[in-house]
Amino acid sequence: MFGKLSWAAIPLDQPLPMVASGVVAFTILGVLAWVFIKGHFPYLWREWITSVDHKRIGVMYTLLALVMLLRGFSDAIMMRAQQALAFHAPGFLPPEHYDQVFSAHGTIMIFFVAMPFMIGLMNFAVPLQLGIRDVAFPTLNSVGFWLTATGALLVNISLLVGEFARTGWLPYPPLSEITYSPGVGVDYYLWALEISGVGTLVAGINLVTTVLKMRAPGMTYLRMPMFCWTTLATNLLIVAAFPILTATLAMLLLDRYLGFHFFTNEAGGNVMMFMNLIWAWGHPEVYILVLPAFGIFSEVIATFSGKPLFGYRSMVAATMAICILAFMVWLHHFFTMGAGADVNAIFGIATMIIAVPTGVKIFNWLFTMYGGRIRYATPMLWSIGFMVTFILGGMTGVLLAVPPVDFVLHNSLFLVAHFHNVIIGGVLFGAFAGYTYWFPKAFGFRLHEGLGHAAFWCWIIGFYLAFMPLYVLGFLGMTRRMQHYDVPEWHPWTLIAAAGAALILVGIVLQIAQLVVSICNRAALTDKTGDPWDGRSLEWATASPPPAFNFAVLPNVSGEDAYWGMKLRAREEQGETPHYEDVEMPRNSPTGFVCAFFATIMGFALIWHIWWLVVAGAVGAFATFVVFAWRDEVEYVIPADEVERIDRANIAERRAEFAHAGQET
Amino acid sequence: MTAIPYSSDHADPHRLGRGGGHGHAGTRAEGGSAPKRIVVAYGFWIFLLSDIVMFSAFFATYAVLVGATAGGPGGAQLFDLRSTGIETACLLASSFTCGLASIAVSVRNRLWFYVAMAVTCLLGLSFLGLELKEFTSLVMRGDGPSRSAFLSAFFTLVGCHGLHVSAGILWLLTMMAQVFAKGFRADIERRILCFALFWHALDIIWVALFTVVYLLGAGR
Repeated sequence: MFGKLSWAAIPLDQPLPMVASGVVAFTILGVLAWVFIKGHFPYLWREWITSVDHKRIGVMYTLLALVMLLRGFSDAIMMRAQQALAFHAPGFLPPEHYDQVFSAHGTIMIFFVAMPFMIGLMNFAVPLQLGIRDVAFPTLNSVGFWLTATGALLVNISLLVGEFARTGWLPYPPLSEITYSPGVGVDYYLWALEISGVGTLVAGINLVTTVLKMRAPGMTYLRMPMFCWTTLATNLLIVAAFPILTATLAMLLLDRYLGFHFFTNEAGGNVMMFMNLIWAWGHPEVYILVLPAFGIFSEVIATFSGKPLFGYRSMVAATMAICILAFMVWLHHFFTMGAGADVNAIFGIATMIIAVPTGVKIFNWLFTMYGGRIRYATPMLWSIGFMVTFILGGMTGVLLAVPPVDFVLHNSLFLVAHFHNVIIGGVLFGAFAGYTYWFPKAFGFRLHEGLGHAAFWCWIIGFYLAFMPLYVLGFLGMTRRMQHYDVPEWHPWTLIAAAGAALILVGIVLQIAQLVVSICNRAALTDKTGDPWDGRSLEWATASPPPAFNFAVLPNVSGEDAYWGMKLRAREEQGETPHYEDVEMPRNSPTGFVCAFFATIMGFALIWHIWWLVVAGAVGAFATFVVFAWRDEVEYVIPADEVERIDRANIAERRAEFAHAGQET
Repeated sequence: MTAIPYSSDHADPHRLGRGGGHGHAGTRAEGGSAPKRIVVAYGFWIFLLSDIVMFSAFFATYAVLVGATAGGPGGAQLFDLRSTGIETACLLASSFTCGLASIAVSVRNRLWFYVAMAVTCLLGLSFLGLELKEFTSLVMRGDGPSRSAFLSAFFTLVGCHGLHVSAGILWLLTMMAQVFAKGFRADIERRILCFALFWHALDIIWVALFTVVYLLGAGR
């Protein structure tokens, strides 16, 4: 009846996962109870859960990422604590648990923090920057988000029911095969990623189509803000790379469930084929994460330097070059496979070539700042911190691209330091910059600057404290993922790294405090102009938060930095009275949520081999789509009068604000 | 000074600098977003490309594992070109009838739409039936997917295509039901367009599959 599922699946004898899952379950139930008792549920259902508004979906993606960041970070600090304690000692995490912790940490940070953070910011900002009212496929967008949430939920369910993978964040066979990992841990991993992978693919298709087919009048390709370009490149990579992940994980599933022999040791299976396939997805994935961050930095640096982005066209070329080169370097993740000197040399050189367009970008940002009137607001701090940190991480990356060096440093903590150096310094700093930068656009008030600065300094100093020792440890020969060790030279460095992780924890606490304090003081932090940073692109041309239809009248674009141009022209000429028309917007729909509900059931049933429930989930998901396809009213109309009323109120508010500012100066 | 018939703003409202902005009302760079039909079909094309990337991963795997028979039979001993030839004929013919269904939609002829879709469905089912027969006979003989890595790759590649055809048939029946219940509405027409793209794409994949797996395999 319940397949492999029984009471034995709940680790009642292990205090750590019980306490952890208890806290998570308590928090979730507490929030749910609060929502129901306060009567917020109808509002949440109507305005958020069923919303197909790209701004709301973007906010929900970001929220998911922030919550999962807490989960991923608690794994991180447990690992740092374990390694600090486990010198000639067992530490507090037994090996089988420690293995799950590092696997969950990597999986969560990449798939459920970095990805949703970036997709959320793209979803929120790109349609506004393009000057349009919605994305190409609004309901599909909601499906994509909820499927991502399903994946995150499954990973967290594994905390309480069963176990998580012990294979690392990529389930390398033969360890991940059923012979060596007979538990459900790898299955949790595989189904969570298959389901959220579909969500990511959907988001990718949606955003590619949006950028290529839906832009404001006059918004030619070479007038798009840099963030739109990096979004295009990122989503092209998603569309081209994620199917490879889906196929590869499907093969591993077939090996585990039906006794196939893709990656097994016997019957002709080929383990190294898994490495090739997974990294053919995995390397583009690196750029899927970092390219949007590059876009955010481009926006932030231009805005806070008060200058147009230096070398806009070279930036576009560099982005697209990275987009293509991303597919040509996958083998550098396993130089030690033994492909031979020639193959390794080619992939080593290809890897170093990627450093060229990346270098172009760094110089463009530097020249944008050069001669500018720089304001050191929080997003700008993250951007400058990124440039310093990312250059360092890039350098160690080029070092690792030299095959002989890689043979020495492969699988060591040097590698761990390198990729944290680029992912924290690049992706996460970018995400935080974007979060602070677009927060006032999303909610109409800014985040507290002082706490933002304090969080930044804790993060960046904590980062250097936590990861520079890992470079040293790598040179000292410490391999990654060690549960305990007895080399005295390593111990001081692991202690420093743990101190760094603690400082990052302070940074995270300060970020939470920043959010809470800002919400409490939102009256003082309100921005009525819709343009708190003196921005250059179209998202600042509308109200904060923007109305459901984004723009009352679609903007006319006549050059790069569209909104900057409008502001300059507005000083010379009085704007003519806009001509308002009815606006058609897509209706909200529970399709995404219901679909994800069935996907969760199906995923859980597949993990535990509850076959009747699998069928029920599949039928439910199909029925959901048919019901969706059967509805007769797809859109609703906001009458021109209403559009005019909202827009006039916004313009009046802005004028008053500017007049006020004019009197003060 | 001669008068200019249009002000520069009129001729080039978005300052695209291409001159003569009038007379090309259809070009999107000037007129904003593309019409819904274009957006939907374009997005679906992107999906199809991603699907083809997924198939290419399975094709690559098959190419790597084709020799890994682990002492078991290879393609030459297993493949029946006559049966797969009929399969191919069914699928190619179904693409033709699917095209007829698209024409029936554009001339708004319900009867011919149902007939063409039903024939497409039958041809698709015969294809699936033959494939299933091939699979069961292989498994019965003990040459199932767990026999060797080669057979794992074979069953996965061909089976993945078969699953796509099954999903296509489910979609086909849903579209027939939708036209029956709601007629040729604009959104339903867009869905039929996407379905047709999907069905033809499966044909393209099958042509590659038939060549790489069966024709090359039978000669090995």
